Amino acid sequence: MTKEISLEHVWVEFGEFTAVHKANLNIAGGEFFSFLGPSGCGKTTLLRCISGFQEPTRGKVKIGGEDMRGVGPNKRPTALIFQNLALFPLRSIADNIAFPLEVRGVSKKNRRKRADELLELIALPGQGDKKVSELSGGQKQRVAIARALAVEPDILLLDEPLSALDLKLRQHMRTELRAIQKQVGLTFIYITHDQGEALTMSDRIAVMNKGKIEQIGDGKAIYDHPTTSFVASFVGENNVLDGTVLSNDGKVMQIDAGLGTPFAVENHPAGGPALAPGDACHLFVRPEALRLSKDESAINQFSTNFVTEEFEGNMRHIVMNASGKDLKLSLINDGTNAIEANAPVKLDFAPGMGIALKPGELASA
Amino acid sequence: MRDLFYDLVRRNGMAVSIYLMLAVSLWVFILIILPQLTMLDYSFRFNLPPAKIGGPEDVYTLEQYRYFFQGSGASDGLNTLDIGILFKTLLAAVFVTIFDLIICYPVAFVLAKSSTGAKARLLVLALIVPYWINEILRAFAFRILFGATGVINETGMGLGLWDTPIDFIRQDVALYAGLAYAYILLMIFPLYNAIESLDRNQIEAARDMGANWWQVHAKVVIPYAKPGIASGMTMVFMLTSGALAAPQILGGPSNLWFTQLVYQWFNSGGNWPRGSAYAMVLLIVCIALVLLVMRLFKVSIGEIKQ
Repeated sequence: MTKEISLEHVWVEFGEFTAVHKANLNIAGGEFFSFLGPSGCGKTTLLRCISGFQEPTRGKVKIGGEDMRGVGPNKRPTALIFQNLALFPLRSIADNIAFPLEVRGVSKKNRRKRADELLELIALPGQGDKKVSELSGGQKQRVAIARALAVEPDILLLDEPLSALDLKLRQHMRTELRAIQKQVGLTFIYITHDQGEALTMSDRIAVMNKGKIEQIGDGKAIYDHPTTSFVASFVGENNVLDGTVLSNDGKVMQIDAGLGTPFAVENHPAGGPALAPGDACHLFVRPEALRLSKDESAINQFSTNFVTEEFEGNMRHIVMNASGKDLKLSLINDGTNAIEANAPVKLDFAPGMGIALKPGELASA
Repeated sequence: MRDLFYDLVRRNGMAVSIYLMLAVSLWVFILIILPQLTMLDYSFRFNLPPAKIGGPEDVYTLEQYRYFFQGSGASDGLNTLDIGILFKTLLAAVFVTIFDLIICYPVAFVLAKSSTGAKARLLVLALIVPYWINEILRAFAFRILFGATGVINETGMGLGLWDTPIDFIRQDVALYAGLAYAYILLMIFPLYNAIESLDRNQIEAARDMGANWWQVHAKVVIPYAKPGIASGMTMVFMLTSGALAAPQILGGPSNLWFTQLVYQWFNSGGNWPRGSAYAMVLLIVCIALVLLVMRLFKVSIGEIKQ
């Protein structure tokens, strides 16, 4: 039922502009796979290659092992959910859902039956005769999903479908999308610039920048062990320090980041390429990896001064200054982390929580 | 009306509002309603010499309308000649309208969906520029094109496609071509406006869901563009059935357009009341036909004005 997709050396060029730069990857049947990247990174172009609206300039898109070149979007086993959903405003909900069946010549009675089944699936039973304009944002979302599922495609492609919804609904729909995917067992390919969406829903994520796939991995790998500076700075918040590798014994590096004593940072097998002594590097430490030092002899300790605090309720986001460099620090608001505004504060982080990578392009904030 | 005026004043100030109200009423009442009412009044009168107008014989009558239906024969014989011309005119106008729709829809679609920015503006300009030329001159150009020694006959015979000149004028080919050409812009622009506002994603969504090229148009684009289609068809139909220049210049010798009958009564016939009655008949039949068709296709007037 579900088919695997493989992109083999896919390039897409628009004149001088390279939208997709040698994309190479396999997506297994039944997987929830996300493309994550800033706008203009080529993720939508890649999605259009899979759905058939865009032919790659070079390379192959294969679905279930078959080369899709020359196969139009209406002949591919994919269904695309558009960012603005593209529901047909002149048709009723049921007629929207049944549209793919209608163009395949399915009888009116069977169409209606299938539409009712799908309305059941998306928890809108008996609402088939309503107009599109009578539904709320979340309901429209579900109708678009039902319409895409009507002819049982092998692959569902979703182009930032949640971006138009408000925060609460977006969070709710994440859970719901994931549940629908589990229920129908289809391959979902999801495009987003929202890392929260990608991390919570996906089995695997491909992070893209400027047409290139920077890293492919599950959410934990992408967040905990980014392999490029771009991924480290794009996914989640990160503090970045320019440093130099002093030594590397294969397990732990010593890195001088200009904040006093050198920092000990662990190498990680899943991380980026190994660094040798003398190499320049970007040292990333996540705001939640920084902590207030409990004792004077802690490893990777350095002195900072309080700059400002943003209070979010459950979390406190604090900016501290260390030797002229502003660092973000996130603390749980559990009443134990008092910071005095005018006294120096010692911070530290565990060697396993630092990420040292070759200097590269950083995501712009 | 008063609220409308106050609203206008609030938005535009007193001077502009008064100008707008005056201009609009002048246009509507003096240039549209008044002449039509006068014509309506004329159509119910006898054709009297100037001396008798206002005299005892100047009374309202249905004589002019009776003439249209029954002709000069006082018996119950039908005026088949004039009624026939009316039907032929309407039929031809319907044909021209449908023909225009068929050739304009692809143009409007390409203009609205496939071309962008400067290219689209250039295309629009290319469509408009020929209309800077006077309608009568354009009709004469068609006459030259379709004449016995015209470009088409010369080319056709030169290529050996036919031996003797084809009489396009007598066959009414020139007339239909000229009429179809005369109001083509009034079909393209409403279609263009309607299709242009259609979200491209709707077309792609339909494609993605398995619709072929024809189904995309039949099930998505055309239903969406229906008000534009109705608006374009109404304008082309009304103007074609009321056209005078093209039938005068391009019509075959044996073929009369209904407007030519009206023209004859007014002009050479010197019978203004009868001409008015004929004009009224044409107007009413055309409006009735348009309303009927709109009802059949479930389009409301309100939709069209968008």
